[in-house]
Parts: sequence; C-alpha cells; structure tokens
Amino acid sequence: MGSITLDHVSKTFGGHTVVPDASLTINDGEFVVFVGPSGCGKSTLLRLIAGLEDVSGGRILLDGRDATTEGPAQRGLAMVFQSYALYPHMTVRQNIGFPLLMAKLDKAEIERKVQDAARILNLGDYLDRKPGQLSGGQRQRVAIGRAIVRAPKAFLFDEPLSNLDAALRINMRLEITELHQQLKTTMVYVTHDQVEAMTMADKIVVLNAGRVEQVGSPLDLYRKPANRFVAGFIGSPKMNFLDGAEAERYRAHSIGIRPEHITPTRDKGRWHGRIGVAEHLGSDVFLHVALDGGLGHLTVRTPGDMAVSHGDEIWLTPDDSRIYRFDKAGLALDHTS
Amino acid sequence: MATGQAQKLAKWALMPSVAALSAWAFIPLALTFYFAFLRYNLQDPDNTGWAGFSNFYYFFKDPFFIKDLINTVLLVAGVIMATVVGGVLLALLLDQRFWGRGIVRLLVISPFFIMPTVSSLVWKNLILHPVFGLTAEIQRWFGFAQPFDWFGKLPLFSVGLIVAWQWLPYAALILLTALQSLDEEQKDAAAMDGANRFNYFRYIVLPHLSRPITVVILIETIFILNTFAEIKVTSVGGFAGNLTYLVFSQLNDANDVGMAAAGGLIAVVLANMVSALLVRLVGKNLET
Repeated sequence: MGSITLDHVSKTFGGHTVVPDASLTINDGEFVVFVGPSGCGKSTLLRLIAGLEDVSGGRILLDGRDATTEGPAQRGLAMVFQSYALYPHMTVRQNIGFPLLMAKLDKAEIERKVQDAARILNLGDYLDRKPGQLSGGQRQRVAIGRAIVRAPKAFLFDEPLSNLDAALRINMRLEITELHQQLKTTMVYVTHDQVEAMTMADKIVVLNAGRVEQVGSPLDLYRKPANRFVAGFIGSPKMNFLDGAEAERYRAHSIGIRPEHITPTRDKGRWHGRIGVAEHLGSDVFLHVALDGGLGHLTVRTPGDMAVSHGDEIWLTPDDSRIYRFDKAGLALDHTS
Repeated sequence: MATGQAQKLAKWALMPSVAALSAWAFIPLALTFYFAFLRYNLQDPDNTGWAGFSNFYYFFKDPFFIKDLINTVLLVAGVIMATVVGGVLLALLLDQRFWGRGIVRLLVISPFFIMPTVSSLVWKNLILHPVFGLTAEIQRWFGFAQPFDWFGKLPLFSVGLIVAWQWLPYAALILLTALQSLDEEQKDAAAMDGANRFNYFRYIVLPHLSRPITVVILIETIFILNTFAEIKVTSVGGFAGNLTYLVFSQLNDANDVGMAAAGGLIAVVLANMVSALLVRLVGKNLET
C-alpha cells in the first residue's frame, strides 16, 4: 500500500511562505508528477512528503496514518535525488545495500536483494565499481536501485533526469515508466519539464507559486486547462494567447490557441502576418508569425513538408472548436463558444 | 599538450626558482654531509682531518640515541592521535550553527599563529608550573598540598600536550573545510536510508574525511619529527629529548660539529624513511 494524503499542508522558511496551503490525494500505485516552473515549491512539497523538512501547518497521511511528525526513515518512502547523492567511497553494491545495512538485515539477505535490484536495473556488471567510475545514466540507475531494495511504500523522484543529456533522458524516462509498470508502486515525480510530466504521469499536479493550480490526467490538462497558467504550461510549443478585440469576438477577456490548432495557408484566412523564424524539425515546422495590425505573435505548428522561409507572408486560420477562453482573472470559461 | 615554444619559455621562467631552491636546500645539505666525515670538535680545534664513519658510529652508540629515537616516535604518534581525534570532534562542533560561530572559529585557530617558543613559555610558566601554574592553582583549590609537577614527572607527555595544543587548530581547520564540502543531499539520502546520527558519521562523514585526515597525518609527521623549541624551552631535553634535540646537544653541549652533522644526516634519513612508509600506508587514500 502507498497512498499519500496532504491535508492543508503549508511551509514557511523564516517568514517566506513557499507553500501556502496544499491539499492533495495520491492513490496507491499511481504515478503522480508535480510540475511547475522553478521556484514553484514542487521540490519543497516532495521534501515535506519525504520528511526531510517539517511542515509549518497541516497534516501528511500515509496509508491513512498520520505521519506528520515521523522522521524520514520511519515513513518507509524512498527518494531519488537530483544529484543522485550516491556515497562516493562505497561501491555500487554497498550503495544499494546501504539502506538494508541500516535496517540491520543479515549479509546473505542484503546480497540477495542487491542482486535482485541489480538484475532489474541491469547493473550486474558494475556492482564492484565506485560511483565515480560510472556514467550519468548508470549513476541514476544505482540511485534507483538504492531506492527499490527497501520495497518502499512510495518512490519520490526529485528532478532525477535533469543532469542527463537529451538522448539519455528520453531513455531513462521510458525505463522509469517501465519500472512503474513492473513494480506497481506509488511514484511521486518532480520535474519542471512538461514533456516528462505528459509522457510519464497517470496524474499531473501543476504547481505555481506554491499553489496547486490543477490536478488531472495529462490529456485532461491538455484539453481542459482550468486557467491560463496551466494552459500555457502544458503543451509544446506553448499555447498562444490573444486579447483585446480578437478575444472580444469570442466574448472572453483573452483566448488561447494551441500551435497545432492553427492552419496556415498561402492565399486566404482569418489573420494575415509575416513569418519570422521557421524552425524545421523534419516531421514538423514551427512558424513564428507576427500578425498584422499589432495583434501579436503566434506560434504555428504544421507538418514538415511546407516550404517556408523567413519573411514569407502567410494567412492563419484557427480551429474555432478548439479555442480556449479565459476571463479577466485568467480562469477558463466554458470550453467552446 | 603545450607547444614547444611554451615549454621552452616555461623552462626559462622556472630557472630562477629552481636555482634559488637548490641553493637553499642543497648547499646546507652538502655542507652537513661534508662535516659529518670530519674530525671537527670546537673543544679540540687542532685535531682535524677525515674521520671516516666514526662520527656516525659514535652517534649511534650515544647512550641517549635509542631513548631519543623512542621519544621521537612516541611524540609524533601521540600528537597525531590526539590532534586527529580532537580535530574531528572540534570540526564537528564548529560545523554546527551556533551564535558567535565566526569568533569562536577565529579563536580556535589562534594557537597555530603563536610561536612555539612563546607558547612553550606560557605553558611552562603560566599553566603547568607546579607552583605558579593554573593547574597547580586548581589542584590546591581542590585541597592537594603538593601540586603535580608536570615537567618533572611526565616530561614527554607535557611536551606532547604543548605540541598537540599547537597542531589541534590545524587539524580542526582542515577537517572543518572538508566537512563543509560534504554534499547536503548525501545527508538527506542517508536520512532516507535510515542512518541515525552515529551511522551517518561512521559510514558517510568519516570516509569523507579519510583524505583530509591523511593530509593532516603526513604534514604533522614531517613537522613534529623536528620538534625542538618545546623541548628546549621547557628544559626537559635530558628526559624527553628527541633526535633533533640530540643533534643540538652534540653541538651545543659537546661542541662536536662533526658528530652533530652525522646525527643530522641520520635524522634526515630516518625522517625520509618514516615519510616514505607513511605515504605507502596512508597515501593510497590520496589516489582516485
């Protein structure tokens, strides 16, 4: 079992409030991603769950039991750190076995569990190396290994992939998702990368300035963002926003259109503009278009065979059924107009 | 890596310091080597000429040689043990957050800046003196009529106490810097892994300190082998003298330059042997 409940949790560091009031339920076996810009309090929230920081107010329940005052070890959770935090003087075997040594298991038992973890993570050949002799991806796996040997109630990941290069990051993303399928243990994963959030999560928690902006499945957040912040944060490239007269037409304070919901044409359309930078990705082209009449800038995503270049004129037409409307406070109005 | 021109330039740029260094280190050593094979006693100036190995022979046969050799080893080992253990504890203490930490750190370092002669005088006359000393005062307050005579009863221990007092700040400072370079996330990771304070120290902090401890041991060995001022100033050379003191007494008391030079060479060879042994034993820690 591994359900986690945050009940009006708050955290203040010497007069500076990082988390004002967060309530959240994480069900057993879920893969939950905390996502938000840097400084939004997502790591703090994770450390509160881990017990590495004391809450300033509210309660943390693990499997329904109040764990607010328990120490990190008592909570039975495991954490993978951004810097991996491997013990540099210990071999991979000793690193992975360390939590078991602390739990006073006997040697044969430790060795068996370390071998099990090493097999799951393909670390068998590296057990006698030290962390300094491993690559970034291997260190990451050792850190995960150290987390899984204890069979924790839940795994906490604190931006675990941010020190890896792009290719390896995609690889490890798949591996962690696969690991979750295999172990079926609750995982709480912190990242600032919305792509990681979208691809890995069962449930995404979008945080901004310590507040929970929205909780939902990746596609929920993509289709029905609760407010302008979530709309702008989820999706890549970012959603375009227009306000003023164009928004008035939809009876809204501002409207949002995703780059993939705009059709570019050469001869006619809703808006006319001039292409600035065109980013050719092969499969897609991202067009950065400046609209005439100072309406604003739009990013447009279109399949990759469109031959365009800097300075070309273009007509743009939005998909009216997929326009997001927001009121003055940035809250979403009814989805379609 | 570097171009040929840069290497040539580097060679010329290094020349002055290489020259100065050789003049500074090599000439005294060469002179010592020369004197060690001469009959050269200031009380018998007419008796000159080559002495062969007799200076070395008589230095080894000196009744103080074995005793002073043992004293040297005991002093080095004892002071290192005291400063490493004390230094680790002090560094742990100074790593905590408490009010006035900056000033306390400054005060802790200060013994290292005091000249050995001065600190020896202070310890001898103000602290450990059996009549006027602080310890004597404390003992009398507790009702002891005859305060303990530190330099009379425990001369080597007393010298060791002074030397350890001087070197404790050095060890604590090096170890404190090392403690501060310990990654905070390791502490968090250890907490998650269920390590209590003792286990955190035993499995994470102590291994992290093994390198700086090695450095402290190596440096202290080299310097404490040459302890002299503390022994001379406290006038315990006859009881707690080390090899450096024996060389001094050959020159100062016996006026035998040749024998002192021979003793100096023997001390150099022994010091090198000890250092080589230490580098072998603990130097492994410095690799990787």
